[in-house]
Amino acid sequence: MAKELWKGNEAVAEAAIRAGCRCYFGYPITPQSEIPEYMALHMADTGGVFLQSESEIAAINMVYGASGAGARVMTSSSSPGISLKQEGISYMCGAELPAVIVNVMRGGPGLGTIQPAQGDYFQATRGGGNGDYRLIVLAPATIQEVVDLMQEAFDLADQYRIPVMMLLDGMIGQMMEPVEWTHTPASDLPGKTWATTGTEGKRPPNIINSLFIDPDACNRHNQHLEEKYKKIIENEIKYSINDLVDAEILFVAYGTPSRLARAAARLLGEEGIKAGVFRPISVWPYPYDALREAASQDSVQAVVTVEMSTGQMVDDVRIGVNGVKPVSFIGQAGGVIPSPREVADAAKKALGR
Amino acid sequence: MKLPDRKITIISGHYGTGKTEFAVNLAIAMARDGCKVALVDLDIVNPYFRSIERKDELERAGVTVYVTSLGGKADIPSLPPGIMSVFIDPDRQTVIDLGGDPGGARVLGYYKPQIDQTPHDFWFLVNRNRPENATEEKVIAYLRQTETASRQKVTGIINSSHLGRETTVEDILGGDAFAAEIAGILGLPLIYTVAERKFEDELRSQVKGSFFPIDLYMIKPWELSETKGGHFAWLET
Repeated sequence: MAKELWKGNEAVAEAAIRAGCRCYFGYPITPQSEIPEYMALHMADTGGVFLQSESEIAAINMVYGASGAGARVMTSSSSPGISLKQEGISYMCGAELPAVIVNVMRGGPGLGTIQPAQGDYFQATRGGGNGDYRLIVLAPATIQEVVDLMQEAFDLADQYRIPVMMLLDGMIGQMMEPVEWTHTPASDLPGKTWATTGTEGKRPPNIINSLFIDPDACNRHNQHLEEKYKKIIENEIKYSINDLVDAEILFVAYGTPSRLARAAARLLGEEGIKAGVFRPISVWPYPYDALREAASQDSVQAVVTVEMSTGQMVDDVRIGVNGVKPVSFIGQAGGVIPSPREVADAAKKALGR
Repeated sequence: MKLPDRKITIISGHYGTGKTEFAVNLAIAMARDGCKVALVDLDIVNPYFRSIERKDELERAGVTVYVTSLGGKADIPSLPPGIMSVFIDPDRQTVIDLGGDPGGARVLGYYKPQIDQTPHDFWFLVNRNRPENATEEKVIAYLRQTETASRQKVTGIINSSHLGRETTVEDILGGDAFAAEIAGILGLPLIYTVAERKFEDELRSQVKGSFFPIDLYMIKPWELSETKGGHFAWLET
């Protein structure tokens, strides 16, 4: 099929519909409002449900309900709206409910700005809600990757009974790029025998709940969740590496900054400095081992983390690199995008040139 | 190609047709041709890739820029009163960059009394590679909604079919034929086929619309490494 030009947010919505999402609950906020707008226009054609809720909190609780009833369901928002959803996300992790949550990040904290940022990394990967829980967090860097990962996000959610967050920044949501729609075969997923779909008097009721009032029972539940998270760490790590051969600099970046890093690598190449780019695609689970292996390569002299924040993922980079090479950071926050020149200059500084 | 001869040229079309890119290029081409020219960015619905990002280049080229913003790079949809001057200044031509959906086009209604009394054109851009522009019916329905919302009639069609950096000759030629057909159905002229300057020699004689060559100003941040030494233009003095 011929390529089409898609805006990131529209592509999120269309890809979700194509992945079988039939329930969308959300509330508009820039820079992701094209997602609910597209859902409002197109979800009804599939026989699904679009509902603009009265608030973000209502939306995530509608997601909880629809997921409990076995529906393929999603919500989307941008940073301040995702903050409002944290309680519901924690409850969904506790109740083991699958869903896809899209965060098109903007500058913060608080209301911040509507320009792109990555200040929600800690919230996404460490959990903004209470309790010991994890989300699978996927961070695409192109519109094509957004489209390709949406199907997988829904499938992973169902496979592990866990909310999956698509962590985008405003640039990915707002820009346009060519997209090729390919047919994704349906995953071989077990039926949702746990869903509250009505017993018809033939089985005991299914109960969906995050309350385990007995501490021993709650501990057992936490241990059960932990086993699941370990399986996800074993099986679902995703990353990409570019231009590692003879690289003196190893950039580490996800989303938009990974593209700035590749642009900076081109600038450095003009000055005779080789630079590679390590890009985590799953930021939880984080590709610690693969990163350490890349950083351990003899040619690498410095690891430079690039973010649109004041430095959040750099903590994971330090955990991964584990002291084998020096790690430094370059970034801008609050809706400002670092320029490729700034990034290249930071790399030269890390090399002492 | 012939540049606009009317006092006001309004540019509209769906998101992703390249409205802002064309509006910026048109204003700069008119300024280089010796016109006193203003660019009014009336896009109140799109927060990113706004002409304000190229205000410095536009001003250096001699274009006066009015944006719906309270200044800086913040997107605050307010209409600065200075916009009214474009209807009064007797020897200035103006390009208006209108928002990419009928909601965004509504703002033009505010200026209806002034526009009705000023010689103007209202050009509608078509990019066949955008899914919402994929069929003649979709384009015409969108054009009619935009007319209703803006309370103005479209006077010309422009082919701006592209796939960003992956645009091919086939995209441009296919879009040219598609836009010509739509123009024919609507009884409107096909004004230009807009494409990057590098396609000009090959395509100028092949397209039905007059070939309008553009330079890419509304680039993505990482594309800066291919130009200007990797700096944002607005950081340069």
